[in-house]
Amino acid sequence: MKHLDEYRDAGLCRRLSAEIDRVAGGREITLMEVCGTHTMAVFRYGLKDLLPENINLLSGPGCPVCVTPNEYLDRAVAYCRQEETWVVTFGDMLRVPGSRSSLIRERGAGGRVRLVYSPADALELARQMPGQQVVFLGIGFETTSPLAAAVLADARRDKVRNFFVLAGNKVLPPALRALVDDRQLGLQGLICPGHVSAVTGADIYRFLARDHGIACVISGFEPADILQSILMLVSQIVEERPRVENQYRRVVPDEGNPRARELLEEVFQPRESSWRGLGTIPDSGLTIRQAYREHDAESALPVKIAPPVEPSGCICGLILRGRRRPVDCALFAGACTPEHPVGACMVSSEGTCAAQYRYRRHETI
Amino acid sequence: MCLSVPMRVTEIDGDQGRADIGGVSRNVDLRFLEDVGIGDYIIVHAGFALQKLDPREAEETLALFREMLEIDETSR
Repeated sequence: MKHLDEYRDAGLCRRLSAEIDRVAGGREITLMEVCGTHTMAVFRYGLKDLLPENINLLSGPGCPVCVTPNEYLDRAVAYCRQEETWVVTFGDMLRVPGSRSSLIRERGAGGRVRLVYSPADALELARQMPGQQVVFLGIGFETTSPLAAAVLADARRDKVRNFFVLAGNKVLPPALRALVDDRQLGLQGLICPGHVSAVTGADIYRFLARDHGIACVISGFEPADILQSILMLVSQIVEERPRVENQYRRVVPDEGNPRARELLEEVFQPRESSWRGLGTIPDSGLTIRQAYREHDAESALPVKIAPPVEPSGCICGLILRGRRRPVDCALFAGACTPEHPVGACMVSSEGTCAAQYRYRRHETI
Repeated sequence: MCLSVPMRVTEIDGDQGRADIGGVSRNVDLRFLEDVGIGDYIIVHAGFALQKLDPREAEETLALFREMLEIDETSR
């Protein structure tokens, strides 16, 4: 990609950070990012170290793998133990511990688990193995869910009857509402996820600015993008003019991607959904519509699972809400490491604990 | 999980195509884009193009960055 160096220029990042300091004028300001890719960039480039001390940057529930509850994983584990049933998933899901096992453990014990790069590869597997049931794990936010919708539409059109999706898909706005309602956090500004916005457009954040006085900036993923977004947020907060701005215009048009949204709405409908850390939130998840039910694993492939169990001592839930930091957890970097993760935030490379472990393990920032 | 990368379109056949980044070439589903041509930069997420990259907007962001650096140099 052209110009990538410019987005990572150290001098520019220092300059942006000095400007943030000047505009903030010593005010205490609390911001949050809610995208796993932003979490990774913040830790990888040490952006918290570049910010003045009065800017408090929290990491929120932006990793779809991390917020997926144990019950969903337990169901996936149960499928891969069944005869002639394959569980097909993105790599991030492989090592996430469920209540009693994980997909990687099951695979080691002979469970049928396959990794794919794209949902299209999962559908292709189903075409190649007509005698087998292929269950694709539908995990993800608005960025990823249209892809699941696309392959469900193709499966229905081509009558690929052995292809199923286990819908664990989630939508962000109801979760954002839960976060801003949490007065203990005192959130003033939100770094909005760039690639969710590439699908949804800017409108989904308007209620945050209008009804809750939260500053919102849609941000790109390079260090200078994120610092510029923080500068825009700090300016909005200092001027007391909360609104939705778009720093990532090169990728996100204000209207998002209407075609992707249309297909998403054709195939999925909202339902109540359970988030690790945030609990059950109305209309925050997606389920497969009636017309596509024969491909809905939940209704087409019933399976019995034992009641889910959470690991003891793990504070992933509080970390996902921005209430605690990884270093506040007694298990962090001791009993819980990327090699032997206890909680989901340590498993996914986009989890807050994994990002801190990888780049900043010894700091108590 | 929402990681998406810019790639350059090299082939188009209906709503399917191929795109490359740094010498790596991949199949890309183009159904979500309204009009896309060979040579366009697209943002690809798990095998699907979600948006076209707007070179004019990219240039404006960079211009803003350069301006910021110049202010810094002249104020020293």
